[in-house]
Amino acid sequence: MTTVSEVSLDELRHLVSERAIKGETMLLNMGPQHPSTHGVLRLLLELDGELVINCIPDIGFLHTGIEKNMEAKTYEKAAVMTDRLDYLNNLGNNLVYCLAIEKLAELDVPPRAQVIRVLLTELQRISSHLVWLGTHALDLAAMSVFLYTFREREIILDIFEMVSGQRMMTTYFRQGGLWRDVPDEFEGAVRRFIRLFPDRIDEYESLLTKNPLFLERTRKIGVISGEDAIRWGVTGPPLRASGVAFDLRKAQPYSGYEQYDFVIPTQTDGDTYARYLVRMEEMRQSLRIVQQALDNLPGGPVRSDNRKYVPPPRSELATSMEAVIHHFKLWTEGFDLPKGAVYVPVESPRGELGVYLESDGGPKPYRVHWRTPSFVNLQALPLLSKGHLVADLVALIGTVDVVLGDVDR
Amino acid sequence: MNEQLLPAVNALAGRFTATASEFRGETTLMVPSEQLVAACRTLRDEFGFNLLEDETAVDYWPQQEPRFHVVYQLYSQPGYLRLCLRVPVSGMHPSVPTVEGIYPNANWHEREIWDMFGIRFEGHSDLRRILMPYDWEGHPLRKDYPLGYEEVAFTFNEDEINQGKPYAKE
Repeated sequence: MTTVSEVSLDELRHLVSERAIKGETMLLNMGPQHPSTHGVLRLLLELDGELVINCIPDIGFLHTGIEKNMEAKTYEKAAVMTDRLDYLNNLGNNLVYCLAIEKLAELDVPPRAQVIRVLLTELQRISSHLVWLGTHALDLAAMSVFLYTFREREIILDIFEMVSGQRMMTTYFRQGGLWRDVPDEFEGAVRRFIRLFPDRIDEYESLLTKNPLFLERTRKIGVISGEDAIRWGVTGPPLRASGVAFDLRKAQPYSGYEQYDFVIPTQTDGDTYARYLVRMEEMRQSLRIVQQALDNLPGGPVRSDNRKYVPPPRSELATSMEAVIHHFKLWTEGFDLPKGAVYVPVESPRGELGVYLESDGGPKPYRVHWRTPSFVNLQALPLLSKGHLVADLVALIGTVDVVLGDVDR
Repeated sequence: MNEQLLPAVNALAGRFTATASEFRGETTLMVPSEQLVAACRTLRDEFGFNLLEDETAVDYWPQQEPRFHVVYQLYSQPGYLRLCLRVPVSGMHPSVPTVEGIYPNANWHEREIWDMFGIRFEGHSDLRRILMPYDWEGHPLRKDYPLGYEEVAFTFNEDEINQGKPYAKE
């Protein structure tokens, strides 16, 4: 029998105000099984009537020990787990992990692979924003938007399925490039999406942007200043909606983002409505990047030919002894990375997604740490929610755009 | 080394006992834990490192003493610069001063490090477990904490495995 140690309430006393202890305010539990918490987020609310005095997030319900598990796998096998962190940004997670390996190994990526990586992560950004938009509107009782956004998201997921065989858990980016080249019908499918999507964004906007009910629920709700956002480490659309034009795609371009022409949308109000506008504009900008990437898609290989890190193609195995040796070594023992540690950040749909990867010179990561945007941005929720109504809290959880798989890892 | 980082690195090396190193274009400063808060304050106030991007720890048990390193990634948004601070921490009663007073978002990062590595942060406002259940024993990301696994059930050992499982009782 295991013994369960009791946590004494005294240990939690410092979280609430004196008034709660005297019984003047009410403590209320919200979640973890609540439809508007976008997963399993539990909030402990201190309420004065319907006003939120304090909100204490309780996370960890989706903790799966990915960082520990990755230490027990070889680098290439651990890549499969990166998809499972932020299940709306699978390719972005693949990308940052591959960039970290490539930085440690000083491995080059062919230009065609770079462009396809950018193209697909931007499509992923659009699909992630579509899920955010649909669920955010659904939380605020605008039900039909959800149906429209999931219709377009399906087209993007079909493209992912076409290239990787999987709608969500793609593991399509590998160290040194891509798993394999995109199929012939890929270009046509993306072109159809580029033609169709601008009208669809206008359609969403016609439902929400000037909708008085939506404005009432989002304007002046959850205002955060640019300075506060930086102090609390908030990045991504919430930071840009507070007037700070910080985007890692511009600040520290990776994967060739410096070649693309796009702008960072910003707003100055810092409220829920500003964050909505920023994300809507981001979808348009992402579409521009997709268009440019597709127009300038170079030919050539999609994976590095450095055989110490990248397995040889199947066709070589029948003719080359070297290839057989490399194949065997890479799929049994894996590859060794030089001893050292790197930190690589990218701009995910939610903000700065960073991976800290440390190698001890062996075939398995010595330590992997994920700096996930949802985890850091969620920390600002108590700050955003103070003084608002419980009903607004639903809008605020939506506007921070957390993915609980990303928070809990 | 990035030339724009030099003033900050030189100032820290001069004022504190910090040693700089360079790997793959990333600059790392090794800082003793008692000077950490002062070093962070200097970096934020004088050199514009206004964003704590990440804070984590690494366990080097058993091959190295001090056993832990706490790793801070600081970012300067005005200068687009990144600097990494590493603080060695001994394995006996590991503790580091908190940087919550300088970067408020260190709160959850430090709770996570306490949860996963058992490193205490002196002066932290709310040092509770964050990801693991509150009554969990041990700190999972330490290297001497085993990775749990599920034994594969075959017909010959099925009953044995089932006996050891904590099924819900009627």
